[in-house]
Amino acid sequence: MIRLSAITRVFHMGDQEVRALSNISLEIGSGEYVSIMGPSGSGKSTLLNVVGLLDRPDSGRYELDGTDVTVLSETEQARVRREKIGFVFQSFHLVPRLTAAENIELPLMLEGIPPAHRKSQVDAALDAFDLRDRAHHRPSELSGGQRQRVAIARATILKPTALLADEPTGNLDHRIGGEVMALLEGLHHAGTTLIVVTHDRELGARAHRHIAMRDGEIVGDQR
Amino acid sequence: MNLRDTLALSFETVVSYRTRSLLIVLAMALGVAAVVVLTALGDGARRYVVGQFSSLGTNLVIVFPGRAETAGGFPGAALGQTPRDLTLEDARFVGHLPQVRRLAPLNVGVAELTSGGRLREVTVLGSTAELLPIRHMKLAQGSFLAHGSERSAQIVLGSQLAREFFPDGNVVGQRIRLGDSRFMVSGVLASQGESMGFNTDEIVIIPIDYAQEMFNTSSLFRILIEARSRNTIEPAKAAIRHALKLRHDGEDDVTVITQDAVLATFDRILRALTLGVAGIAAISLAVAGILVMNVMLVAVAQRTSEIGLLKAIGAPAADIRRLFFAEALWLSLAGGAIGFALGHAGALMIRLAYPVLPAWPPAWASVAGVATALITGILASLLPAARAARLDPVLALSGK
Ligand SMILES: Nc1ncnc2c1ncn2[C@@H]1O[C@H](COP(=O)(O)OP(=O)(O)OP(=O)(O)O)[C@@H](O)[C@H]1O
Ligand SMILES: [Mg+2]
Repeated sequence: MIRLSAITRVFHMGDQEVRALSNISLEIGSGEYVSIMGPSGSGKSTLLNVVGLLDRPDSGRYELDGTDVTVLSETEQARVRREKIGFVFQSFHLVPRLTAAENIELPLMLEGIPPAHRKSQVDAALDAFDLRDRAHHRPSELSGGQRQRVAIARATILKPTALLADEPTGNLDHRIGGEVMALLEGLHHAGTTLIVVTHDRELGARAHRHIAMRDGEIVGDQR
Repeated sequence: MNLRDTLALSFETVVSYRTRSLLIVLAMALGVAAVVVLTALGDGARRYVVGQFSSLGTNLVIVFPGRAETAGGFPGAALGQTPRDLTLEDARFVGHLPQVRRLAPLNVGVAELTSGGRLREVTVLGSTAELLPIRHMKLAQGSFLAHGSERSAQIVLGSQLAREFFPDGNVVGQRIRLGDSRFMVSGVLASQGESMGFNTDEIVIIPIDYAQEMFNTSSLFRILIEARSRNTIEPAKAAIRHALKLRHDGEDDVTVITQDAVLATFDRILRALTLGVAGIAAISLAVAGILVMNVMLVAVAQRTSEIGLLKAIGAPAADIRRLFFAEALWLSLAGGAIGFALGHAGALMIRLAYPVLPAWPPAWASVAGVATALITGILASLLPAARAARLDPVLALSGK
């Protein structure tokens, strides 16, 4: 359960002020499937970063599963990110030196899970995302769709309650993008809250709730 | 992230940035190797000098006639008078002191050695049976000057002379002429080579009385005295001086020196020298440390978006700091280990090339070299690691 109240995020560029988020209040229930759309610079990514605890709002209150997370220390926020939130990015953000399997394993390492227990979880994820025969390939040896599947596997390996995807299909062609969306929707069906930022109307329309943004404000919220 | 995963992950990173890592490891290794080799050289020189001195005898006190001091001391020296003789009687008297284990009076001169048509000018030492143990000499054949038989015409030959004059190897018991007197060869010294600029392979040793007669002198050149122990060197020195002053009508007209004092000075100088070169080599390690820091800062800049990603998937700042830390640890560990091996190989090469120089790296230098590498590496990674851990995740993800 995500509850934002009067969230504001202001960036300063020299003496210019950019209100990326302006007095945003929003509630997203557990297991919802939400799309966020809006023109470039309207604050979609900033909103997602605040929800994912990557960015701290300048004012306002953010409750995640009933606790105020804006007051947590950085280390505590890192823990919340690790355990409750999964990120999927437009540009995949895989570690180039590590194989697909190792990239998927990273959150397990950070969580301190012993190697013996990690293997079975990674294997299961490789199977679930149809990556078994790519397990020992490095990102540079994978196609865009495969890379995004590795990224999704990594984002969900610790079973987060919310999956935040910032233009997950932006670097993929239409067909592959559709496949990736289907994977994300599969995770939503399994109970994960899914929030997708997209420019693609067709993909955005697949969500069950549609939030529209403009100039840092929510200008539409339809189910 | 636990320690094992941190080490494993950072090891993977170090290995995958091959060129970068090799460069740092090389710089570190050269620094450590320099410490090891230079200290091996310095300490080898020290051991060489100490060895040369102790080959002359241990706990040695040396007496010679005249005051060596320029001021005060013996008044006759200023007037051009020769100092009072240091006689065999003086030596015998000193020999009764309780601090003295043994002593050997010594006269030195040059005479012609002739036998079977061969002729050669040689250095002649006149002494007693005690010279052998005091000077740590060894015999190759026969026996040394017999105890209490100073009046018998025996001669001990240096190994080189024995070979030259008696090529058939049949030396002991042979007759040989030295100056105008005939001697019988009682023994041959073992080959020792040059020691403190004095080649014992080309000397002859005869009883002291013969030597004094041959060189027409009643004064000894030196008295070599071995004190009972290291601790009695100073008391022995004082007692000898006092005894000789008594015998010389209250005049303090001999010089008593201890080899230890000279040796200790050399030892100190060469130890300081070794420390000095170790310090200079350690500076090269510090330079390597700066290189590490630079390369790590570049690495942080290059991997900014990766650091952002780690933060996005929930890595706390401490984990990121430790990852960079561990990278530096691996690099300096490899540099230290390779430098250690290189340094010891270098020292071995020096020992092979110059067998007289015992160029063994001192244990403290090896430990200090490797430890300095580790510490510089870790110190150098502090700033880059802190910078990485502090990165703002949103900016880092966008590669800014
Ligand atoms: N770190 C920053 N410093 C300064 N301004 C920023 C920063 N991050 C975002 N902004 C500004 O905040 C506003 C919102 O940015 P945001 O990235 O959230 O937009 P967006 O809706 O995701 O746009 P796009 O569709 O292009 O990704 C923009 O005007 C942007 O320039
Ligand atoms: Mg955006």
